[in-house]
Parts: sequence; structure tokens; C-alpha cells
Amino acid sequence: MSDLLDNSVNEYDLLKAANRQLENYRSKINAENMPSSSINSETEVKIIEPRNSRRPRDQVDGQASVELANRNGSPSNEEENLDEIEEELVLKYGAQHVVKLFVPVTICLIFVIASLSAIKSYQKSNGAQLIYTPFNEDSQDSNGTKLWMSIANASIFIGVVVVMTVVLILLYKFKFYKVIHGWLAFSSLMLLFLFTFMFITEFFKQFNIVIDMITLWILLWNFGIVGMAAIHWKGPLILQQIFLIFTCVQMALIFIKYLPEWTTWVLLAFISIWDLIAVLCPFGPLRILVETAKSRNDNLFPSMVYSSTLIYMMATGVDNDTPMEQDLTSNLNQVENDNQNTQSTSQTQGGDLRNRHSGARAHHANRQTIQELEHQQQEEEENGVKLGLGDFIFYSILVGKASILGDWNTVIACFVAILIGLCLTLVLLAVFHKPLPALPISLFFGLIFYFLTNLVVRPFYDNLTYYQVFI
Amino acid sequence: MALIEFFGCLFLAFGPPTAMFAITIAKDPIRVIILMTSSFFWLISLLISALVWFALVPLRNKLLFALVFSVFTQEVFRYLFYLFIKKAQKGLEKVQKNIHHKDRTDFDGRVISYVSGLGFGIISGAFSLVNVLGDMTGPGTVGIYGDSQYFFLVSAMLSLCFILLHTCWSIIMYLSLTIYPKKSVKLWSCLFLVVFSHLFVSCLSLANDSKREKSYVYTVLLSYIVLILNVVVSVVIVRKTYKQKLGA
Repeated sequence: MSDLLDNSVNEYDLLKAANRQLENYRSKINAENMPSSSINSETEVKIIEPRNSRRPRDQVDGQASVELANRNGSPSNEEENLDEIEEELVLKYGAQHVVKLFVPVTICLIFVIASLSAIKSYQKSNGAQLIYTPFNEDSQDSNGTKLWMSIANASIFIGVVVVMTVVLILLYKFKFYKVIHGWLAFSSLMLLFLFTFMFITEFFKQFNIVIDMITLWILLWNFGIVGMAAIHWKGPLILQQIFLIFTCVQMALIFIKYLPEWTTWVLLAFISIWDLIAVLCPFGPLRILVETAKSRNDNLFPSMVYSSTLIYMMATGVDNDTPMEQDLTSNLNQVENDNQNTQSTSQTQGGDLRNRHSGARAHHANRQTIQELEHQQQEEEENGVKLGLGDFIFYSILVGKASILGDWNTVIACFVAILIGLCLTLVLLAVFHKPLPALPISLFFGLIFYFLTNLVVRPFYDNLTYYQVFI
Repeated sequence: MALIEFFGCLFLAFGPPTAMFAITIAKDPIRVIILMTSSFFWLISLLISALVWFALVPLRNKLLFALVFSVFTQEVFRYLFYLFIKKAQKGLEKVQKNIHHKDRTDFDGRVISYVSGLGFGIISGAFSLVNVLGDMTGPGTVGIYGDSQYFFLVSAMLSLCFILLHTCWSIIMYLSLTIYPKKSVKLWSCLFLVVFSHLFVSCLSLANDSKREKSYVYTVLLSYIVLILNVVVSVVIVRKTYKQKLGA
């Protein structure tokens, strides 16, 4: 099970889409406002730029300098205008992406709550505990013993998470892609078969339904194989999202069942601190992971992050497919240049290279290529925001533990707190423009609201509802 | 019977708000966020009033005190949310300005007031009813000790009334704060109406007594009359904002 713990990767690509849209705006504005002599270079640079994000660093730097050189001529009020547009786009896209995350988080939480209230055996452990939490605090009476036991349990658990994350980073750093893939595939396999098997049997036990083994295995086989294909190979986006959420729910249910109560609270506090360290510290493993992935132009592994858009595995890097894309890009540039009836000859270094390239291919430029390219671009623009699966799991643990309590007000309070935390994190994301941990704010709010609602609001509202008093 | 009653009360209390949410709010992400934020504000106000109730041990049995305090905290937080959203509104309007015409929704004070009011209402309705709903399906039953059979039904009806009332109160408060000049009589009378009707309806619910079914008739009827009054006032104010916009 330990292999699943390192799933707490928090990586947002919220701004990708916004930036891309912004580039389009910029190129439009510049094309409208710039003096005609510089139109070519400007538009070309702008249009190519989204592609650059997939090229090695040195080329990007060269391109950036070109952009600067061209921009120097533009009046300053346009700059302000651009900044304004940037702000607006961030807000607009931010709002959309926040809601795009609200929906899966809500579904995940509702699924967990429904399973917990339907299947009673998930509410309480049958005496067994995970290996990571060796101390059995439930059998202790004294609060002091409970406290140190829960802290010890949570520390061991966090230790396992830290070690596993570091191992994963090392594997990634030294390009043991096959090992990582095997590891992740194995964990998905276990979740989709073993844990699903447990879930189904518990479900049938709870409702006292008889099912024969053959039917069960056929169901399980079909379900698991489709899940594996959707997560690790390819499949419709909606299917991938459904299976990712399902695996999160399974993982969360197991934790809710087997983690002792106080260990859970200490663990949630610890894990949000660890999340903070891992993502924000200069040597935080998750930060290293995200940065390495960026510099290699990889996407993160699809089985580790929920994405609002489809991501395919690109383990071999993008070197193979960049030439083709470059061709497509330059074709479009050439067509645009032709449309504007200007022969751009005096180019800076970066543009020159591409221009020569496109000159050779100019005759092949036809409608189809452009359409293809536009389609590609559109797909890229829809590239959405990503949330680590670990975040889903720990949100679910919090809300699930609250729902076991039997007080629905606490569940609602935790739910609202988590969503507001997510909202705030995304606002901060729009401000800081870099990957941020999604756990700390949400879990902080969630824990505060859990305890306050449970201790203070619950008796208050019990009184109010008993006397049918409305406030 | 229990399950049927559960679904009946569920749909009675949350059917209209869900429809309002699905039709007017769900399609626009910014509105969804405003709804969530306003419900968070309500939650904080509830926490504060519950903390005060909890801290003042001798007054714990006197629900009247907690109720009055809670009503005032809620109204204060409604005003605080108004200040908060006013700061954010400039940014939100900018967002709307640059969007293509077909995607653009009419985004102004009216929408914000309605959405945040519904946020206040939905969360308060959920808090007051959800535990009752949870017990409804359970093995127990109402009425063995001479309590009224209508306990659940009345709770659901009053919850719906409060959800709609919260929406009206937010509309009245926010729009009167925007269209009337400061310190004018109209502004103060509107604010007074909001606070007073909230106080009135809440105190009215103190009269609910499940031992005497007749009390329900008065409380429910009076609450809905206050609701109708508030709806009329809010419609008048919304019309006034349209007129003002046309005149300007």
C-alpha cells in the first residue's frame, strides 16, 4: 500500500491556458498597433511562442530575447493594456478552473460519504491496523498516552510518505521511467482489483445480496481492465477522471477504516505541513519533480494527478515529435506572411532559422495543415488545471471521518471549508504563478471547522432543532 | 413511511433552492464562487454566535439571547460580505468586460446580491434541516410522547421560508446600500426592515411547540406573510435600480 502514498503531488497548470490565450491577445493587439515594418517579426514570434514551451531551454531563451527586442518599440500604454488583459484573463480562467475542480472534489466527497453511510463495516476497523500505525491508541484510556501514540503513528506514516516520495524523485531524476511506470501500474492494479473486490464484497454483505464468484470475477475483470487502460494507456477523458476519482475513494475508505481516530487528525495536520515543505522549499521533492518534469517537457504521470484535460504519457520526452510541430508552426507562419504580402527577410537569429525552414516548406502549406494545427492549438488551450490525487484522498479522509460522527452539520462545514480553501489556493496560484500545495489551507480550515462544529455548533444546533427555533 | 417523509421534506425544503441554483447560478463559475464564499461568511457568523452561546454558560438554556445575538451577527456578516464583494466587484466587472458578447452575463449588483443571498439561505437552511432529515429515515418515530405529527413538515416548510427570506434580505440590503444615498431615510428604513423582519421571524419560531399543533398554524402563516412582504419590497427595489439605470 505504501506505493500509493506518494500520490500527493500538487501541481497546477492553471496558468497554461490563460497564458496561451494571452499570447493570442497580445499578438492581436500588437498586430493592430505596431508599425507595419515590424508586423512580421512580431506576429511570427508570438505565434511560435506557445510551441517554445516544449523546446529545450536554450532555444527558449533565445526566443525570449527576440521578443524583448521587438517589444522595445511599442509604446508604454500598450504595456499597461496588456497587463490589464492578463489580469482579467487570469480571473476569468481562474473562475472556470476553480469550478472545474469543485465538481470532481464534490463527487469524490459525496461518493465517500455515501459509501460510509451505506456500508457500515467501513466505519470501524475490525481491530486490524496498518503497519505504518503500529500503536493501538483506541485501547488506551489516558489522554497522554493517546497523544503520544497518535503523534508516533502519524510520524511513522509521514516518514513512509517522505521516503517513498524521495525514492520516486530519485527514480525520476535518473530516468528509471520503467520502474516508475511499473510501480504506478502496480498500485493502480491493486486499487482497481483488490480494493474494489473488498468494496464489492462489503457492499453485498451489507445488503445481504448473494452473488456467485464467476459473475463477480467477470465484473471485476472488465471494470479493472477498463480502468487500467483509461488511466495508464488511453481512453476518453471522462473515463480517466471517473477511474481516478474511484481509486481515490477506495484509498480514502481504506484509510478511514484502518486509521485510529486521533492518528488521523495528527496525520492530517502533519501531511499538510509536509505538503507545504515538499512543494515550496527549494529542495522539496515535489518541487524538484515538477521542475524536472518542466525542464524535460514531460507531463506528470496521469495516474498521479487529476487533470481537467487529457494528458498522455510522454515518457520519452518530446524530442521525437517537435520537428513535426515546428514544421506545422512554420507553415502557418508562412501562410500568414503571404497573406500580409510582406517578405520578411531581416530577422533576428531565432526567427531567421525558422524562416529558412518554413521557406522550404511553404509550398506544402495548405488548408488541411492549418486546420490540423488549429485543432492542436485548441486542444492545448483547453489544457486545464491539475490536482494531485493525494489531495483528493486527504480531503475525503477529513470529510469521511466527519460523516462517521453522525452529525451532518459537521460534514457540511468541513465541505464548505475545504472548497473555500481550494478557492483560496487557486487565488494564490493566480498571484504567484507557480505550483502550490493544495492541502494546507483546505485542511487547516477543515480541521478548525471540524473541531469547532463538533464541540460548539453541534450542541447549539441540537438545541435549536429540538425546539424548532430558526436563526 | 419514514423514507417517503424524508423525500417529501427534502424536496419541499431544498427543491426550490436547487432549481434556483441550477437555472441561475450553476452555469456561471463566478456566481458559483460567490455562492460558496457567502456561505462561508454565514458559517463564520454561525461559529461566532455558537461560541458566544457556548461561553456564556448561565445563558445556555435561554435560547432567546442566543437567537438575538445570532441574528445580529448574521446581519453584521451580511454587511461585511457586502463590503468584501464591493472590493472584489471592480475586478469581477473587468473580467466580464473583455469576454465575447455571447458569453457575457449581465453582471452587476443585482446578480451579486441575489447569489450571495441564496448562498446565505442555502447554508442556513441546510444547517437547520439536515440533521432532522438524517433522523427522519431512522428507526425512531415522532408522536409517541404526544408530539405533533407535523414536526418534520413544519421544520421543512420553515427552512424553505428562511432560505427564500435570506435571499430577499440580501437583495434588499445590498441594493438599498447601492441606490440610496448615505444617511437617507429610505436606506435606514430598508436596513431596519431587514434586521427587524429577521429578528421577528426568528423570534416567532420560538413559539413553535410540538405539543400544541395550533402554534404551527400561526408561526408558519406569519413567516410566509413576512416572506411575501420581503419579496414585494425586494421586487420594488430591483425595479427601482432598473429605472435609475435608465434615467442615468
